[in-house]
Amino acid sequence: MSPKTLYDKIWDAHVAHEADDGTCLLYIDRHLVHEVTSPQAFEGLRMTGRTVRAPDKTIAVPDHNVPTTLDRANAKTMTEDSRIQVEALDTNAKEFGLHYYPVSDVRQGIVHIVGPEQGWTLPGMTVVCGDSHTATHGAFGALAHGIGTSEVEHVLATQTLIQKKSKNMKVEITGKLSPGVTAKDITLSVIGATGTAGGTGYVIEYCGEAIRDLSMEGRMTVCNMAIEGGARAGLIAPDEKTFAYCQGRPHAPKGAQWEAALNWWKTLYSDDDAQWDKVITIKGEDIAPVVTWGTSPEDVLPITGTVPAASTFKGGKVDAAKRSIEYMGLTEGMALTDIEIDTVFIGSCTNGRIEDLRAAAAILKGKKIKEGMRAMIVPGSGLVRAQAEEEGLADIFKDAGFEWRLAGCSMCLAMNPDQLSEGERCASTSNRNFEGRQGYKGRTHLMSPAMAAAAAITGKLTDVREMM
Amino acid sequence: MDKFDKLSGVAAPMPMVNIDTDMIIPKQFLKTIKRSGLGVNLFDEMRYDRQGNEIPDFVLNKPQYRDAEILVAGDNFGCGSSREHAPWAIKDFGIKCVIAPSYADIFYSNCFKNGILPIALPQEQVDVLMKDAEKGSNARIEIDLEAQTITTSDGEVFTFEVDSFKKHCLMNGLDDIGLTMEKAASIETFEASASQSRPWV
Repeated sequence: MSPKTLYDKIWDAHVAHEADDGTCLLYIDRHLVHEVTSPQAFEGLRMTGRTVRAPDKTIAVPDHNVPTTLDRANAKTMTEDSRIQVEALDTNAKEFGLHYYPVSDVRQGIVHIVGPEQGWTLPGMTVVCGDSHTATHGAFGALAHGIGTSEVEHVLATQTLIQKKSKNMKVEITGKLSPGVTAKDITLSVIGATGTAGGTGYVIEYCGEAIRDLSMEGRMTVCNMAIEGGARAGLIAPDEKTFAYCQGRPHAPKGAQWEAALNWWKTLYSDDDAQWDKVITIKGEDIAPVVTWGTSPEDVLPITGTVPAASTFKGGKVDAAKRSIEYMGLTEGMALTDIEIDTVFIGSCTNGRIEDLRAAAAILKGKKIKEGMRAMIVPGSGLVRAQAEEEGLADIFKDAGFEWRLAGCSMCLAMNPDQLSEGERCASTSNRNFEGRQGYKGRTHLMSPAMAAAAAITGKLTDVREMM
Repeated sequence: MDKFDKLSGVAAPMPMVNIDTDMIIPKQFLKTIKRSGLGVNLFDEMRYDRQGNEIPDFVLNKPQYRDAEILVAGDNFGCGSSREHAPWAIKDFGIKCVIAPSYADIFYSNCFKNGILPIALPQEQVDVLMKDAEKGSNARIEIDLEAQTITTSDGEVFTFEVDSFKKHCLMNGLDDIGLTMEKAASIETFEASASQSRPWV
């Protein structure tokens, strides 16, 4: 048998039909659904008299629109159009018999945090969702990617997706990470190195010692941002850590089925002599705590750096850098650590898991945020929130001056009331620093939870290593 | 879905790189439960000031580009989110074809589901078309999907690549779901086999 990559193996196990031109029907094991990108798909089913083919493989949870303030049970905290979307999901989930975690359920949260937490996401699966950050689930060695609403409808109706195979790309992070360097710094540094289109047409497998050393939470952070590098999906081969994370989760297999699953999962790795279409290698020790300075996730620099001169770029990126620097209200050559912030957001599907909150709490313990700073922590799920309260993290956050919120996407994309105002500048653990992403004319600097916590204390972008 | 075969139209030039889906349709317009009506908010934050007045410098506000049916753009067009609201807004505005050096994967796929033809060409050719587009409403660019050609207003012809299945669906306005349902037997066979080999799924 010819050697295969992990992606090849998962792909081959899910082809339900292949046409002569290589167009495949890929079978989908898990379909995650949220309120923003699904209403038109369900409406399409109704208009054509179709139904959901596999409701037992379809999981719905509202996350993008939901308020995260403690008074959210009061429907008035939501705008009319948001409420209509959330209600539409409720109706659709019930009418079509989907697994469903409504806002009132403690298990509700960001769809990419709920899936793994509940054991819906397992190694070797195909997982899709009408959300680009579906790449997160690749941390389990699942082939997971975002789809548009037409494809959501297609998966609802047929449990398949029309696909052509992507190319294989290997991103190896060798050696050890230095203190203060996290999974977020890895994933941002990779995008900084490859650019936001560097992964276009590929599925990335992340490997190497620094990746193996990461917890499952860290691996999810790395895979989450594969999409910011342009890749269809990010993957990490499952190992003992993966199996330990999955075992005992509500929807993970049990007993003999667990053993059978484990036997197959242990075959899910790239063969030694597998062929790669592109290979990137980065030394773990070369990665520093990083921040973004511009309005593209590829605008990444070590925190010790300075705002670059637009003239140092090439092609269309010269104008893009000029526009970014102006939009961000920066001057060329200024030290990144001189950039003052007024808002801190810790949360999102990138960094809203328990380990992220622990990392932030380790920096914030016994400290106060800078006076006048608006700082919020939005846990990724109700269960993450409960665990953080049990571990005493919530008290650390509240004592430091953070708002301690309920679960949702929140200020990552600012569809709910959590938004930046014009000119406000945010240290954010989310995944996109696009113009207007966190609010009209708002300014976003992406970084790790520990770096965001450090910035909350000093009021400036800060090298977290100085606080450790 | 609308069929796409030939198009002769005005092209609007947007030479920016990395035009993302938040620029194409900002999040406040994702709260709709319909597919239509988003054209008025296409590129909203670049197109209008906070009071809702048009910003005259923005390309689609200029008289010569208000009826543009083609968009010529920079590299990595449509990067960011999976929101199909982006192609819905483009289509609703009246744009049926985008030409750029490259596209983000999900956006590219979303276009075909909505009768929009996204064409990827080498940067040098996009540069020629960008110059042509800058001539405004006197310059019409012609696109022939069957022949896979683009003809500039000066008569220069470029050929482009497109996946044969996607081309077939676009030219005939075919509904993907209907096509897949014709293969229901294959899906059933796959499900029966998978329930044996991977029963935990």
